[in-house]
Formats: sequence, structure tokens, C-alpha cells
Amino acid sequence: MAYQLQFGDLGQYAGMFASGAAVTLGLTAVSTVLGLTVGILGAAGKGSKFGPVRSLVGGYVEAIRNTPFIVQLFFVFFGLPALGIHIDEYVAAVLAMTLNLGAYSVEIVRSGIAAVPKGHHEAAASLAMTRGQTFIHVVLPQAIAKVFPALSSQIVITMLGSAVVSQISVADLTYAASYIQSRNFRAFETYFLITAAYLVMAIALRFALNKTGQLLFGRNLRAAR
Amino acid sequence: MTNPLRRAWLAAILALPVLALSPLTAQADALDNISKAGTLKVAVPEDYPPFGAVGADMKPQGYDIDMAALLAKSLGVKLELVPVNSANRVPYLTTNKVDLVISSLGKTPDREKVMDFSTAYAPYFQGVFGPANIKVTGPADLTGKTVGATRGALEEIALTQMAPNATIKRFEDNNATIQAFLSGQVDLIAAGNIVAAAILSRNPPRRPEPKFVIKNSPCFVGMNKNEPRLLAKVDAVIAQSKQDGTLEALSQKWFKAPLPAGL
Repeated sequence: MAYQLQFGDLGQYAGMFASGAAVTLGLTAVSTVLGLTVGILGAAGKGSKFGPVRSLVGGYVEAIRNTPFIVQLFFVFFGLPALGIHIDEYVAAVLAMTLNLGAYSVEIVRSGIAAVPKGHHEAAASLAMTRGQTFIHVVLPQAIAKVFPALSSQIVITMLGSAVVSQISVADLTYAASYIQSRNFRAFETYFLITAAYLVMAIALRFALNKTGQLLFGRNLRAAR
Repeated sequence: MTNPLRRAWLAAILALPVLALSPLTAQADALDNISKAGTLKVAVPEDYPPFGAVGADMKPQGYDIDMAALLAKSLGVKLELVPVNSANRVPYLTTNKVDLVISSLGKTPDREKVMDFSTAYAPYFQGVFGPANIKVTGPADLTGKTVGATRGALEEIALTQMAPNATIKRFEDNNATIQAFLSGQVDLIAAGNIVAAAILSRNPPRRPEPKFVIKNSPCFVGMNKNEPRLLAKVDAVIAQSKQDGTLEALSQKWFKAPLPAGL
């Protein structure tokens, strides 16, 4: 017997879907800002002349990039309270997403820095710029411009990966879907709807990031595909 | 060939099944049969702690096993435990393989058609549990409190309706809900009393003590229909053990909690 799709049952939950989508986008926005900050600082740290700083950043990047996101999330949510640090589930979600995005963007930004020609460093030095000034005014803008498409992709991946924060009772889009299908048992329709929602949100996010990149870096930006 | 001895032997063999069946057909009263046999055969859960499970010494142990032992002692007969699971516990009774079912059995209209139930002997309920220092006696007290629950579970759905002012945090499975409670991410936990008992048996720093009942569905001793004397005897033993504190002690032993008020 063919399955009868019935989307009518979902109408009463429209508000829940909307607030779930807002939470997903909000978490993504906050952890993008924080995660990219971590990424840039980490990339700077990887180029540091101090060995311990380089090892510290390297250890962080390897630890995060070689463990599953959900385990990191559980570690933050269930593990930190054992150490006496109590954070609510939204803070835990932002923290885990920031740590995750941060680690990946360290490597992305570092590759951008590595791609800045040596001559630019020398030119900056010949203008009597300090190491710090060179990094902020010469190296970093070019580096970010070069890797902006890769960073955009990583941000989209972070947003999609954020679906697992529903596991620690954060009321995001996936949480809304799980809640609704536990009430009306219309699992197929519910997940059909949120799959479409994630797709639209991801495409919209990518579009917004591309526009941002063009505004920030103009012609320096490589085609963001 | 037509040896009289042989013919008698043949007749005896043919008559044997009839003779073997006759005690069953003559079974007028289960209580008399139990006394006559000198053993009480009880269906008990084989893998459902704390009601019944195999202990470290490979012997069955649990609330239901203690209850069965109590009944056998009161009847003055030996106890024979028959391990069953939730699917076959009723058929074991209806096919007379056991005299009683003491196997965390709840009362349902379908079961009442095929068997009789004693008064309730064991607590089985979904409720809200939490540490002693959190004062909660009903759904109204949950305002401003966070309660962890497993999404889609009976207690989660019921509590969502009962306590609209509570902050219910829903987790994907039982273990995450328990973990959230133990780590202090939620103040209270909505769960079954056997889940709370399982947590308590590990002596955690945060103890899930019963606060109030969401849905009560206690367990009953099941027996075959039309056995008024056996039913009366079982009920009398249960009433007596409630009065003299035996059941209370069993509840403390296996559920680490007092018997709920309703039982």
C-alpha cells in the first residue's frame, strides 16, 4: 500500500519549526563569529616563534579534527559539570560548535597565510612594519581573501552539523522535528520538511557568505564555488 | 499371540494417558492442589531487575522472587521458580504450567478476560524524581524548575500536559536523560520508578528520590480464573505483609524507596 503523505497535521507546529530554525541560525551565527576568531588567533599562533604556542595550537587542532563532533558536545555538556563548571545547553552548544569550527578554520586560515608570497613580508619589512603590523595589515587580509570560499563551506558544515545539539535538549530545528514526530508519528513528513528547511537555509547561508565576501574583498575573492 | 498377559499389558498402556490426565480434570481447587503437591510454582521474571534477575551467585533474585517466597512460606509449601519473560508469562499460567504469575504484571482489560488479579503488591509508576533538597510535591511546584525526560516516553508526554510551566528538557534516550540528571544539567528527572531504582542502586551523589506520581500502574499477582480460595489467600498475605512492614522492607531493599502512598 502506498504511503499517504499528510502534511496537514504539521500546520499546528509551524511556530515550533520557526523557532527551531531561528535557534539553528542563531547558534550558527554566534559560533561563526567566535569560531573564526579562534581560527585566526590559532593560525597566528601556529606561525608563532614560540614553540609551546605552536604545540598548544597543534594539539587543539588535532584533538578536535580527529574526534566526532557529538563526542565533543557530550564532553562539554556532561563532562564539564563533573569538573564543577555548570553551563546550560545553549552555552554548551555554542562552545562545542566554536571549538569545532575554530579547529578547522585554524588550518584553513594557516593555509591562506602560507599562500601569501614571501615578497609581501619582505616589502612590509622594508617599510619598517613590525611583525604584528605585517600580519594584521598585509598577510591576514590576503590570507582570508584566498581561503574565504573554504571558510564559507566550513561554516555551512558547522550549521548542518549543529543538528546533533538536539541530543542535549537544545531546541533547534532537529529537536523541533523529533518532538513533533514523537507526538503525531508523522516522521516522514516531518523530516521531509526539515530536510527542505536545512537545504534552503544552507543555500541562503552560502549566498549571504558569498555576498559578504564580495563586499569585504572585492576582486581579490576567488570564485566562491 | 492372544496371550492374556500381553492383552492386559496393552490395555494398561492404552489406559495410561487417561490415568495421567485424570488429576488434571479432577482439579477442583487450585489451593488444595498446591497443598497436596507441596510446591507452589510461580512464574517470575528472568531478566527484569529489580523485579527479577539472575544475581551474581547465579540464583534468581528480586522483588518478585521475594514476594513468591513470602507466599510459599505462608502456604507452608516449597517454592518452585519458573523463569518467564514478558511474552510468555500469561500463557504459562493459562496452560497450568504455574500456579501464580508474580512477574511485574500490570492489569489490563485483555488480561482480565483470561485471568484474575490479586490486590496490588508492587509499585510500578512513572513519576518525577529528584534530590531531597528540592521541594516538589506536585506539577504546580515545577515552575522555574528544569525536568529531564526522554522524548516521546509516556511520562514526558503526560508531564508536558500536566505541568505547562515546567521547563522540560527532552533527551533522545534514557541514558542521556539519566546522565543529564546525574551531571546536574537538570534539577529533576521524569522516569519510571525502576529507572530511579537502577540509578539509586549505584549510589550516585545526586539521588533521584520520588517526588510525585505521573501515572500509576502497580503490579498484581496473576492466577487462573474461578479460584476464589487461592485469590483470597493471596490477598490476605499481601494485606498482612503491607501491615507488618514486610512489603515496605522489600520496597526499600529493591527500589531504595518507600512504598508509594497509593499502594
